[in-house]
Amino acid sequence: MSLRIALIAIVLLLIASPARAIDPLPFADAEQEARFRMLVAELRCLQCQNQNLADSDADIAKDLRREIFDQLEAGRTDDEIVAFLVDRYGEFVRYRPPLNASTLLLWLGPGLILLLGVGGVLIHLRRRQQAAAPTAPVSATGPVDENDW
Amino acid sequence: MILRLLLPLLMFIALTALLFSGLGKDPKIVPSPLIGKPAPDFSLETLHQPDRQLSADSLKGEPYLLNVFASWCAACRIEHPVLEEYVRRGQIKLVGLNYKDQRADAIAWLRRFGDPYAEIAWDIDGRVGIDYGVYGAPETFVVDAAGIIRYKHVGPVTPEIMEKQILPLLQAGNSSGGQP
Repeated sequence: MSLRIALIAIVLLLIASPARAIDPLPFADAEQEARFRMLVAELRCLQCQNQNLADSDADIAKDLRREIFDQLEAGRTDDEIVAFLVDRYGEFVRYRPPLNASTLLLWLGPGLILLLGVGGVLIHLRRRQQAAAPTAPVSATGPVDENDW
Repeated sequence: MILRLLLPLLMFIALTALLFSGLGKDPKIVPSPLIGKPAPDFSLETLHQPDRQLSADSLKGEPYLLNVFASWCAACRIEHPVLEEYVRRGQIKLVGLNYKDQRADAIAWLRRFGDPYAEIAWDIDGRVGIDYGVYGAPETFVVDAAGIIRYKHVGPVTPEIMEKQILPLLQAGNSSGGQP
């Protein structure tokens, strides 16, 4: 009996979809809904900074979701909507910062450090080889070595 | 040889300094892109008189503080006596943006705690708030006589913020405005 209840509970848990903070919105078509989901996923909620607008339940996130929906309805492009929010809330609302002078280090830094590291290792290996090279023939050909043991 | 020994240490010190400099920063403070730009215009009913409209343009001519507040906002009660004190001293002109609040609730709140506001615009759905980049109450903007936003403070205004940030800006605005 309890096994059956447990099984039912497991099945129910498996079919339950995680609760979303998305409000029911009357989308015109699937394409508009997809654009909406893309936008709210890559815009940050400023009140709860480590959540995007899609996941946040804060009042301001609800308001901004509604604002984004209204602008989609009004026929604005994705870029225009992101620009609208950046103009008011700053670059910080984007989860993906744009590539410009102030974010150059952020974008290229990891690759640069990787290059430095790989370069350093290569230089180190070559030096070790060069340091090892002159000693090798001596030990291999030196008859003194052979006689020693 | 010395360099080879010192290089890792120098790199470690540089990295530590970089990371340490980030420690003291408050990630909640997000610089507003509106600073240095004209205060976004709006036309809203005033809180006390539904038949009268208030606009940002009509406020031009003297510097003022635009304070975003609401009766549901606990931190607004903390800053309220501070704002009141500076209005009483005649050092600031205070304009309110009543944010996402019921009219009756806001009026009851002001009756209880006092009403230092010269004007209050009633932003029931928070649309004007979005134009100002508001993401919670309280927030306070310093707008100069020309209608340009000079400063934004998120969270309750303290006497220290008032003395060190807001009043100097207002004084600078006054003196430059007074010159021909």
